[in-house]
Amino acid sequence: MIDYLRAPSGIRSWLGSIDHKRIALMYLVAVTIALVLGGAFAMLMRTKLLISGPGIMQPLTYNRLFTWHGVTMVFMFMIPAIPAVFGNFMLPIMVGAKDLAFPRINLASFYVYCAGAALALWGMIHGGADTGWTFYSPYSTASPTDVAPIAIAIFILGVSSIMTGLNFIATTHMLRVKGMRWMDLPLFVWAIYATSVIQVIATPVLGLSVTLVAMDHALHMGMFDPTLGGDPVLFQHLFWFYSHPAVYIMILPAMGVITELAPTFARKNVLSYKAIAFSSLGIAFVGFLTWGHHMFVAGISQLDAAIFGVMSMFVAIFSAIKVFTWLGTLYKGSIALTAPMLYFFTFIYLFAFGGMTGIAVATTSLDVHWHDTYFVIAHFHFIMIGGTLTAFLAAIHYWFPKMFGRMYPEKWAVLSAVGVFVGFNLTFVPQFLLGNAGMPRRYYSYPDRYHVLNVCSTLGAYLLGSVMVFTLAYLIVALFKGKRATANPWGSRGFEWRVPSPPPTENFEAPLDLRLGCYEYDRE
Amino acid sequence: MSSQYESIARQHATARVGMWLFLGSESMLFAGLLALFAAYRISYPVAFYEAAKHANLVLGTINTYVLLTSSLTVALALHATELGKRRASVAWLLVSIALGATFDVLKIVEYAQHVGEGFSFGHYYTSTLLPTPAVLYFTLYYALTGLHALHVTAGIVVLIWLALKVRRGDFTPASHVAFENGALYWHLVDLVWIFLWPLLYLLR
Amino acid sequence: MNELLRWMLNLPPQASSVARHIDYLHYSVILATFAGVTACAVAAVYFVVRYRRRGNELTPHVVAPGWLEATVITGLLALFVMWWLIGFHQYRELETAPPDAMPIYVTAKQWMWKFQYPSGPSSTDVLTVPVGQPVKLIMTSRDVIHSFYVPAFRIKQDVVPGRATTVWFQAETAGTYDIMCTQYCGTRHSFMRGQVVALPPDDYARWLDAAEPDHFAGKGQGQGLVARGREVAAEHGCRRCHSLDGTPSIGPTWLGSFGRVRQLVSGGAVTIDEDYITESMMDPRAKVALGFKPVMPSFEGKLAPADVAAIVELIRSLRDATPPREELPPRD
Repeated sequence: MIDYLRAPSGIRSWLGSIDHKRIALMYLVAVTIALVLGGAFAMLMRTKLLISGPGIMQPLTYNRLFTWHGVTMVFMFMIPAIPAVFGNFMLPIMVGAKDLAFPRINLASFYVYCAGAALALWGMIHGGADTGWTFYSPYSTASPTDVAPIAIAIFILGVSSIMTGLNFIATTHMLRVKGMRWMDLPLFVWAIYATSVIQVIATPVLGLSVTLVAMDHALHMGMFDPTLGGDPVLFQHLFWFYSHPAVYIMILPAMGVITELAPTFARKNVLSYKAIAFSSLGIAFVGFLTWGHHMFVAGISQLDAAIFGVMSMFVAIFSAIKVFTWLGTLYKGSIALTAPMLYFFTFIYLFAFGGMTGIAVATTSLDVHWHDTYFVIAHFHFIMIGGTLTAFLAAIHYWFPKMFGRMYPEKWAVLSAVGVFVGFNLTFVPQFLLGNAGMPRRYYSYPDRYHVLNVCSTLGAYLLGSVMVFTLAYLIVALFKGKRATANPWGSRGFEWRVPSPPPTENFEAPLDLRLGCYEYDRE
Repeated sequence: MSSQYESIARQHATARVGMWLFLGSESMLFAGLLALFAAYRISYPVAFYEAAKHANLVLGTINTYVLLTSSLTVALALHATELGKRRASVAWLLVSIALGATFDVLKIVEYAQHVGEGFSFGHYYTSTLLPTPAVLYFTLYYALTGLHALHVTAGIVVLIWLALKVRRGDFTPASHVAFENGALYWHLVDLVWIFLWPLLYLLR
Repeated sequence: MNELLRWMLNLPPQASSVARHIDYLHYSVILATFAGVTACAVAAVYFVVRYRRRGNELTPHVVAPGWLEATVITGLLALFVMWWLIGFHQYRELETAPPDAMPIYVTAKQWMWKFQYPSGPSSTDVLTVPVGQPVKLIMTSRDVIHSFYVPAFRIKQDVVPGRATTVWFQAETAGTYDIMCTQYCGTRHSFMRGQVVALPPDDYARWLDAAEPDHFAGKGQGQGLVARGREVAAEHGCRRCHSLDGTPSIGPTWLGSFGRVRQLVSGGAVTIDEDYITESMMDPRAKVALGFKPVMPSFEGKLAPADVAAIVELIRSLRDATPPREELPPRD
């Protein structure tokens, strides 16, 4: 059977394809460009921070850069990447289906993403915003920069996100192959499902927030203007109501990837299937109840602070269960230390550390000191890079043979995984120390005593950036020159490994055989 | 039927699931604005109470009847399609479209009246009759009813599309899930108004 | 030990009364973090070595025993909740100024900090305070949200336009400590810094005596905010509706009002504090006192922040007296 890459051929057949696998690859190209762009913004920012005083660039430029870095990374990479690339590619195969529930909506979601990204880029070229990706009022109204285009672009990107989530939920409910019960599903599907629930429920509130920002700025709507009786803090409530669940949109799919790696590379059943499945739902649900922990010093009541603080502790327990289960899955396993597995361990270490620092900032009195300092920046980069990006890299390597029918170069991948770990720690551990010392976020210039740690962080960033470029390079080469892959190079029981590499357009030559579960390694 | 489905019934059922998910998402959009309204109303009960007295209860109530009736006519149109009665179905759809358009027109009349009285939104609000925070009532009024009217307009487009499909013979008594979904959308738009009307017009 | 950990973690000096025990909680959480992550790493290394792949063998089906999962979950939850409890207790302390705290008014604007002392002086970017005395900052912004942060004191509070927020501290060690704006507020956000100068009490007294009086044109050279408040109240017509001696009038009397709970027309109640008084001047019809009509005009844009502070201080100075008789609402 001809695989999905080779037939039909021609650029029109790709751009108009409703095949979930081709759409996944188009998304891969798009999110990779977003990652490179967001990374470039970060490199420029860190370059400025090599010196403590004015120089290298103007303050307004720096302020724009951190806004663009946040907007690009959050909305154009972190939110869509794993779901729209790997969710799209793997979900139908993992449930035994030939495609998603709504293939045309899938393609449309891609073009909506492109439209949003294009508008955001146009907005940036046009002078873009300097408000931070959080657009707090009243500054987002008062800013001399053109805020509205980027805000509207985020709205559009949000629509794409909702379309994707809706598709995944419908597919999981309605397109499971006959005989596949919910408890037979690969846990990656549970993760994507929980993510999709958040996307569908929370993203509209983001759409509302950014639309109000755009209207306040461009039309003087005054919804949060104190001179009209408006409350700037109310904007923060509205914004974080989406943006906190958003971070779970960013991490849940990553957790799903990690959950797939352990059984494959340890050739072992998951220590507790239910713990992983239900903790994914638990994170999605409780994650909606914690947003006020971004606002402990914003002017909320002590009662609010108490509730949001304790809910934040609860949501952390679900992640802790997962870490316990992932590690426990290795017990009495048969572990192969491949590049994806190196990323697995990188994830466990960095996510555990980042998660514990999350507990730390949820501890209200400590957050008074840390809020809006580099401690918080380090915390969320540990989760977003150490967690999500690491899992994204793990996924691209793990599923490379399945998606492209070729192997990546293992030695270079190992080198890259080590490089990511070292570069990442060099960049962000100093930032914890900077935050402890009191260095605020979004600071173009800073007191001299923070200089050494800033230089250290920048050098780490250059290393991390170089490793990422190196990774991109060898992966592109492997697309054309990589060794041909077999259907199941890892010897995994996962459902996606039971179809050819790469799969045919309709995924399955014969219906999925469910007699052997996707995590059963105790029998043939 | 698309190849990933085992039966056309399954495909239709999935389409309905998708539609409910979309409606859930849309509800959250309005829920956010309603939460904002609630927050400001709790902060400024007197200003909001006084401001609501300037809402046009007559036009608002007429619009409520217009929308409720249009939901009825959409349901009748769907029923006609279920019975295979194409002409009746198109006729009821046309009535629904007319009612939807009436709603939009009456809203524009209402807006024009308010603006004339100085009750615009945000910094364009010029009235001095009411306490300062009353401007927030009107800003939210325009935001809520404006967003809703946008949805009514989108709904009219959906109804026009359905009417064209009915005329073309795309629906049969056995297969008309797009019609069901389009009707559901219209009913949601009506339901949202049933929340907005008491909140904006009756709390005085 | 405290000093060692403080140095290793790059924390600033513990210059306020709350800093040390906040840092103790910090140490507890961070050390547990390191312990937990190390445990994960050790387990991972052990498993990788002990259970390394030797061929495509089958593995036993292992399920976590219920008691183990329950223990891990309960143990961690107990730990997290314990930290939350201590942290919240400390947070309440951070948020609740002692009743004898000395008020200083702060106005934040792009991109500077202005400080106004009740006894008269004002300063820009430098806040001089006595060691060993609690100080309460009553803060508002003239434009966008800023945030008042003194790392050495472990305190922080957002400064919001249109309302007053408060933060308090007690400096324990004489010295100079950075103030840094920590809510992004525009182009020169990172230059919006200042200093707290904590002086021993005698030096502070000397400083206060010698301090430059308030510069506002023509107004009370060297006088306190309370006296200034009387002038402002007379000049802007407040006295037409509000008495200082308990006499009923169109508006509530200011005598004995500060700190009391007042019933509102809307049915709720409010404590008369800096926040409420400021709001009443800016948006008088937002919270109307029960028994009075909503006829007070707004002074938004008509009063300099120092004048607003002066009115607050005047009303505060009248707090301890009780009104001579039950306040009657004016006749309709």
